[in-house]
Amino acid sequence: MAVNLLIKGGRVVDPSSQRDELADLLIVDGKISKVGQDLQAEGVEVLDAAGKIVMPGLIDPHVHLRDPGLEEKEDIESGTAAAAIGGFTAVACMPNTDPVTDNDAVVTSILRKAKQVGRVRVYPIGAVTKERAGKELAEMGEMKAAGAVAFSDDGSPVATAEVLRCALEYLKSFGNALIDHPEDKTLSEGGQINRGLTSTIAGFRGIPAEAEEIAVSRDIMMARLTGGRLHLTHISTKGSADLVRQAKAGGLKITCDVTPHHLTMTEEAVLETGYDTDTKVNPPLRSKEDVEAMRKALADGTIDAVGTDHAPHHFDDKWVEYDYAENGISGLETSASLVIDKLVRPGIISWLRMAEVMSLNPARILGVEGGTLREGAVADVTVIDPDYEYSVNPRQFLSKGRNTPFAGWRLTGVPCATIVGGRIVMKDRSLS
Amino acid sequence: MALKGRDLLSLREMSQEDMEAVLSTARSLKEILSRPIKKVPTLRGKVVCTLFYEASTRTRTSFELAAKYMSADTVSISPSGSSVQKGETLSDTARNLEAMGTDVVIMRHPVSGSCHFLAKVLDVPVINAGDGMHEHPTQGLLDIFTILEYKSKIRGLKVAILGDVFHSRVARSNIWGLTKMGADVAVAGPPTLIPPLVERLGVKVYNRVEDAIDGADVVYSLRLQLERQSKSLFPSKREYHDVFGLTRERLALAKDDALIMHPGPMNRGVEISTDVADSPRSVILDQVTGGVAVRMAILYLILGGRE
Repeated sequence: MAVNLLIKGGRVVDPSSQRDELADLLIVDGKISKVGQDLQAEGVEVLDAAGKIVMPGLIDPHVHLRDPGLEEKEDIESGTAAAAIGGFTAVACMPNTDPVTDNDAVVTSILRKAKQVGRVRVYPIGAVTKERAGKELAEMGEMKAAGAVAFSDDGSPVATAEVLRCALEYLKSFGNALIDHPEDKTLSEGGQINRGLTSTIAGFRGIPAEAEEIAVSRDIMMARLTGGRLHLTHISTKGSADLVRQAKAGGLKITCDVTPHHLTMTEEAVLETGYDTDTKVNPPLRSKEDVEAMRKALADGTIDAVGTDHAPHHFDDKWVEYDYAENGISGLETSASLVIDKLVRPGIISWLRMAEVMSLNPARILGVEGGTLREGAVADVTVIDPDYEYSVNPRQFLSKGRNTPFAGWRLTGVPCATIVGGRIVMKDRSLS
Repeated sequence: MALKGRDLLSLREMSQEDMEAVLSTARSLKEILSRPIKKVPTLRGKVVCTLFYEASTRTRTSFELAAKYMSADTVSISPSGSSVQKGETLSDTARNLEAMGTDVVIMRHPVSGSCHFLAKVLDVPVINAGDGMHEHPTQGLLDIFTILEYKSKIRGLKVAILGDVFHSRVARSNIWGLTKMGADVAVAGPPTLIPPLVERLGVKVYNRVEDAIDGADVVYSLRLQLERQSKSLFPSKREYHDVFGLTRERLALAKDDALIMHPGPMNRGVEISTDVADSPRSVILDQVTGGVAVRMAILYLILGGRE
């Protein structure tokens, strides 16, 4: 099916070519055909982007679609609908499903369902170990052949240094990234929130920053030992950022991401909200100093990407006492706005850097198409209205998970069109 | 009254003015406890529900007697022998109690913040009777009430809080309450049982209990919460007593007229020796008596009864 679209008059921001200028963008047959001034074309749909930002489609390297097995929390249809609203043209989904995505059959079934009901591209991430149990390697080669783009035991770290060593070495045959969730469980066990003044006041066992930093150190050492391709997901502390910065300065080829909530919200939210369980997340919301360090690390290139760790939960999973509540934040529908409002508008990062950390770099880390507006590239495009002001209202989410601590936040800047392969899947905050 | 219809969740969130209203009301209500017929009609027709997810002798009995002395009807729910055992959520249990007409819910719960959660669930007021390691505000108020019965004021008093501060909701409520009223509070215990950055709450922290006791007007021994000790926080009860226990020798460092307090139940021979607990300077049973008066005052002010 021929899909032709002319996006006119927007500010085109494309980090792969360092382009940031007013231009038109012509899409023909689902590919970027031309970027330039005053483009004309016959018989194409025209999207007026005057006053808007046009960037390569946002890619989320870390979401939980909960499908198969936990469809009361989310499924591929609702999760990709939420992604489209959030401006994402592609999401990479974690393997802690039920059954675990640890074999090619589950990968194939996710891709089949995504093709049927998905609004945006879905890239499965396979488990590193069978059942994510941290003991035996899963069939990563078979999963790659079926379409898995990376491997992770997310929800948990790869359990031991030895299993991590083996996995990083083994994956060198395939070239995919190993995405680790850095956490030393012996230190974090029983903890509910960050260790600090807030945990003391609130009366919780705290999770120290060191629980993450020990694991980050371990992972960096294993990457150095093996030469394997390591990506650290959701780093959240100043110490982690310092460790990654140091490792990169030493020439190590590792990458990492941070969540929107660790860039914008501190542990103090736990008390300010009267123990709202939507503030419960792993890694926990950290201190002001950590949030500042995350922003700086995202700006200076230490942190490569933003990943939501979109973790939708059913109402019942959160409407309980704090200790009994599940960890996680439903993040797809607020991610771009938080980054625009809290980082781009105050000048901490540029629009180019936003496109880099939310599109180009995630594409490179996952080894998938997109992330660029170069001519000939797949026409995955996100259009952003930088001036649209609104209040976050979880009741309007298309995700089944309304678990967000950002309810009521007033934010400026929001994706106003999501284009996947040249087709408009979201326009003016509605699915099309 | 300022407290009418409101929740009582923590002393951190309670103003000094509200605290003083409770204390002065308790002073006038305490007299009822010494009457031959301990009953006033103040809360007749009100229903007070205690919902206790943890074991309790003192606090539950104290609240129930406080309610009964003022002619309220009381119901008490525990996990065993209730639908909680069948897996009912806190939200559902509490909303059912509310639907039956209870006027206030008094809850104890092992999870910090549960009373804040309950207050979001219910329209009727919630009183925190101890939530996890967070707070036990009525205990904090009754402790201040007891100190005031012996010392004319709180401001300037040196109070040493000793032992398992980390797990103690009593310690947290006392720290907030006493510092708001101007006391000079010190905490001491094994460093593994001192919560991080507690000095930022305006207390002095000592690693040796002797340093905290030195010159104290009040020595407050905390219960070692053996049921919450999941990790290797100290080697043995014997060593705990030898190094951190409140003994007669250590007590000698305090002022001669220092009060000895403990929230109960005591682990005799662990955090406090029997001779100290039973000494003439111990006001541990006064705390219990004062507790009934303070809880009468709280119920009276929240339920808005008239004398």
